[in-house]
Formats: sequence, C-alpha cells, structure tokens
Amino acid sequence: MLRPASLSTSPEVDRVRPVPQQTARRRAFWRAEWFLFVLFVAPNLLLFGIFSYWPMISNLYLSLVRWDMISPVKTFIGSGNYAYLFNDVTFRMVLRNSAVFTVGAVGGSLLLGLATALLLNQKLRWRNGARAVLFAPTLLSGAAIGIVWVYIFDPRFGLLARLLGSIGIGSPSWLSDPAWAMPAVIIVYVWKNVGFSTVIYLAGLQAIPQDLYEAARVDGAGVLWRFRSVTLPMLSPITFFLVITALLNSFQAFDIIKVMTEGGPVDATNTLIYYVYEQGFVAYNAGRAAAAALVLFAIMFGITLIQLRYAEERVHYA
Amino acid sequence: MRRSGTSLELGQLVSYALMALAVAVIGLPLLWMLLGSLKTNQEIYTMPPQWLPTEWRWENFGDAWNAAPFGQFYLNSIITTLAGTGLELINATMTAYAFAFLRFPKKEWVFVLLLAALMIPNQVTILPNYLTLSDVFGQTWINTYQGIVLPGAATAFGAFLLRQSFLGLPREVLDAAKVDGCGHLRLLWDMVIPLSRPVLVTFGLISLVAKWNDYLWPLIVTNTQQMRTLTVGLTYLFDQEGNTNWGEVMAASMFVIVPLLVIFAWAQRHIIEGIAAGATKG
Repeated sequence: MLRPASLSTSPEVDRVRPVPQQTARRRAFWRAEWFLFVLFVAPNLLLFGIFSYWPMISNLYLSLVRWDMISPVKTFIGSGNYAYLFNDVTFRMVLRNSAVFTVGAVGGSLLLGLATALLLNQKLRWRNGARAVLFAPTLLSGAAIGIVWVYIFDPRFGLLARLLGSIGIGSPSWLSDPAWAMPAVIIVYVWKNVGFSTVIYLAGLQAIPQDLYEAARVDGAGVLWRFRSVTLPMLSPITFFLVITALLNSFQAFDIIKVMTEGGPVDATNTLIYYVYEQGFVAYNAGRAAAAALVLFAIMFGITLIQLRYAEERVHYA
Repeated sequence: MRRSGTSLELGQLVSYALMALAVAVIGLPLLWMLLGSLKTNQEIYTMPPQWLPTEWRWENFGDAWNAAPFGQFYLNSIITTLAGTGLELINATMTAYAFAFLRFPKKEWVFVLLLAALMIPNQVTILPNYLTLSDVFGQTWINTYQGIVLPGAATAFGAFLLRQSFLGLPREVLDAAKVDGCGHLRLLWDMVIPLSRPVLVTFGLISLVAKWNDYLWPLIVTNTQQMRTLTVGLTYLFDQEGNTNWGEVMAASMFVIVPLLVIFAWAQRHIIEGIAAGATKG
C-alpha cells in the first residue's frame, strides 16, 4: 500500500500550477462534493434530530412538569418528579429489580456462553449444527418466546412441571410467586441470549494462536493453568465487549417482561424500562415517565462512557 | 499428545453428552411449542402433561388464524419490516459513503453528531416520540405505517459498520474508476455497493430481524386491531386466550417465529459468521 508521495493523488500535482480558471472550476467541484455530502448525510441526521435528539430535550422538560398527557395544562413542579421517584418505595424496588435482572442476565449468558463455546471449540461432529441451534433463539421475537415460556412455566400443565415431576420435585408457581418470578424471567432471557455469547466466544477462541498453548504445555502447564494463563487473558477483550453489550441489552429488555409478568406479581419484576412504559402509557404520568427515562438514560450513558474509557486499554493488549 | 484410535475416548464421550444436553435445553422449549400447537385442549389440560399428542390437531392453526385478523397482522408486519429495513439500508449506505469518500469541512464534527445518536436508546425516547407523532402539522401519525416506521429509520450502527467496510475496499480499483471519469453516484452504484454485498446483506438481515421482532414501539403507536403488527397482535390474542386455549396460542406463536427460523435456516452461515466477525474485529 506504500506508494511514493509524488504518485499518490492528483490535487497536489494540480496545485503546482494555479491557473485562475482552474481554481474556479476546482471550487465549483468542491461545492458539488460538499453538496453531495450534505445530501447523503441529511436524511439520517434529520431523523436523528427529530426522533433522538429532540426527545432528549423534550424528556428533560417533561420531567419537570406534572401532566396527564390529555389536559392542555402542564404544571411546572421543578425537581418534584425526581424527588418523588427517589423517595418512592416502588421506584427503589424498580432500581433493585433492574440490578438483579441485569446481573443475572449478563452473568448467566456470559458464563454459559463461555462454557458452551469451550465445548464447541473441540473437534466434535455436528458442532456447527449445535452452534446454529444455540444461536437460533437470539433471532426470535421476545414477545412470542415469552408466551411460549408462560406455557412452559405453567405449574400444572407445563414442560417444566413435567420434567421436575419426573424426578419427584413439585413445580413452584413460577410467575405468580414474587420469589420465583424474577428467576423465571432471567431464565428466559438467558435461554434466549446465551447463543450470542457462544458464537462470539467461539470466534474468539478460534483466533487464539495455538503456539501459545504449545509454549504453556512445554512449561508444564496443566489444563486448568492453560485456561487461566492463556485462554482467559486472550479472551478478555471479547469478554469486555460482551459485558457491555449484554448490560445495555438487558436494560432494554421489555417484551419478555411485559408478556410474562407485566412487571408483577406485586412489582417483583418491574424494571426501569417497564416502569417508564407503565408510568407513561398505563398510568399517564408523563412527568414521572420522562424522569424515569432520564434515569435509565443516565445509567446506560454511564456504561457507554466506561466502555469508551477502558476500551483502549483492554482491547489492545497484544 | 492425543491418543489415536477408533474408539471414542471417555472425555470425548462426555463432550458429546454435554453438547446433546445444550442442544436439548435450547431446543426443547421450541419443540414444546410445536407439540402444543398440535394438541387438543383435552390433552393439554391433563396431568401430568404428555409429550406427544395422540391425535394431531392441525385445526389449531386455522382456529388461531381466524381468532384474530392474522392476515392483516402479517401484511402490517411485512410492510413495516420491509420499509424500515429498506430505509435503514439506504441511510446507512449513503451516510457511510459520505464519511468514507466525500470531503466536507469539519467532517469529524458531523461524525460526532452521529456517534452521539448511538448513545440514545429508542426505549428512552418513546414518550416524546409518541407526542411528536400525535401532532405532525396538525395531523396525527399515531396508528399509521409511517408512525411505526420512521422513528426507527435512522441508523448510526449501520453507518459505522458500512463505513468501516467501505474504507477496506481496494483503493486502486476505486481510484482507477475515478480516473476513468466515474462520478460519485456511478462509483457508489457500480463499484462500492456490489463490492460490499456481504456486509450489506449482514446488516440488512440484522435490521430485518430487529424490525420483525420489534414490540414496544408498535405496541405504543398502534391503537386499532387493523394496524397491529404480528408481535403485538399475538400478545393481544394471548391476553384473551392464554391459559385457556394453549393449543391455539402456540399455533399463533409459530406464525411469528417460523418466518425467522426459515430465514435463519437459509442464511445461517452468513448471519453467524457476519456477527462473529463484526464483534471480534471491531
């Protein structure tokens, strides 16, 4: 790709002989290119302006008022909505639920994803088929999958009751028991998303140079030690990528929760995104919905900043 | 060193068993859906539930189809998915081309504007977007196709993905075309797009899957049965008949799931490898 500078591009050559006529033509040429740039970028940026940037400003304003989304009057109440949220027992529970759901969802899909990737990284027949099966649920509708799992969790007629019954265990009433509802939605989320981690980890494992393992083996490292000293460090950029992606995705998980529990029973699975929906479109508390949406945004923004801050150090390890 | 021989080693046997277990854990729920869609209510509501239906009740599919206007739901989902994916592809391609090949003063500032959009998730903007669309120059776009499609028609992710791929195209070929007097539009249409087909297909498929499965926004922005998409229509049927008519509800769930499983079976390699490559490289 290295070329002598003199051969590289034409503008330098032309600049040697600045004939006025030519510069005029050149300027027109630039303008045409700028115009094309604007033409190409404008639709995308316009849509972002209307449907991403403006809503953030609008959210900020709405979070300072009390409004039922119908009446023509919006009452300005300052930080009233935020004060309400952080003193509200339900909202504190919502924050805690979000944390529990996220830790369970991210931890579960990463650990099981790594385990299945290590499994499929061996020379096994049908392993590509197995990889395809594991990945398939990530592409399916969360709403439809949620419905299927409500049937599976049915404590009397469901698949799990059938399986647990065959080893002599009675099924908990998963979705109507506040203690079991959260584990149930986490199970579904992990079931649906584990294949993504598997595929990404598998690609990472296959990219690790084999001579690293050979070197470790020569040094007398056993299987576990090789895993700790070669596999895990080499996978750390991928783990980092997966943690961030899974964190952001799990904070946005709506369809599974809406379909399976509607945030219940007694708010046991009410997470931030569900709370925003419920306050806005069920209870018609525009102000609280906007304030909660900004809390959600702040958390996700924080995660993204961490990513940008540490991505450099962690990713370029070699 | 690996012991060679024709008999399976114990370790390998364990690996095969674990692989079978993983496939079963992921596959059984989907199988349960399929079997449920073929059972009579009498069989579904017996204890303990049986695996296989004794008589296969295909009528569940017809009943589900008639229990709600699924033909209309399909039409709505197909229209909004194709329009949304098409717009995302066009926006991504044009933006990526502009940032990869066109000169513009302070281009990097415009780039930051795009980067910032990546940090605003759709879920945070639902309420203001609903308000925006309920009054577009005095008209309401709630309950319209454009209302469903437009808020998701812009893409920063797609623009970054394609820009990265455009920058990796062989420079010599593009320069040669330019020397031959090839304008930007010709260059984009005749060279860049054909050369980038794999990444365009990958992004198109990712976008297609997301639009088809989208639930929160269509739920909010539609308010008549006529305008519901498949995912939303399905959950309304479930609200009415879940727990009382599982056979029909499982059949209806398959209406939503099967089209994507077919696409996946057809483009499996492409999707998996595209996603893995995108994540590990970037």
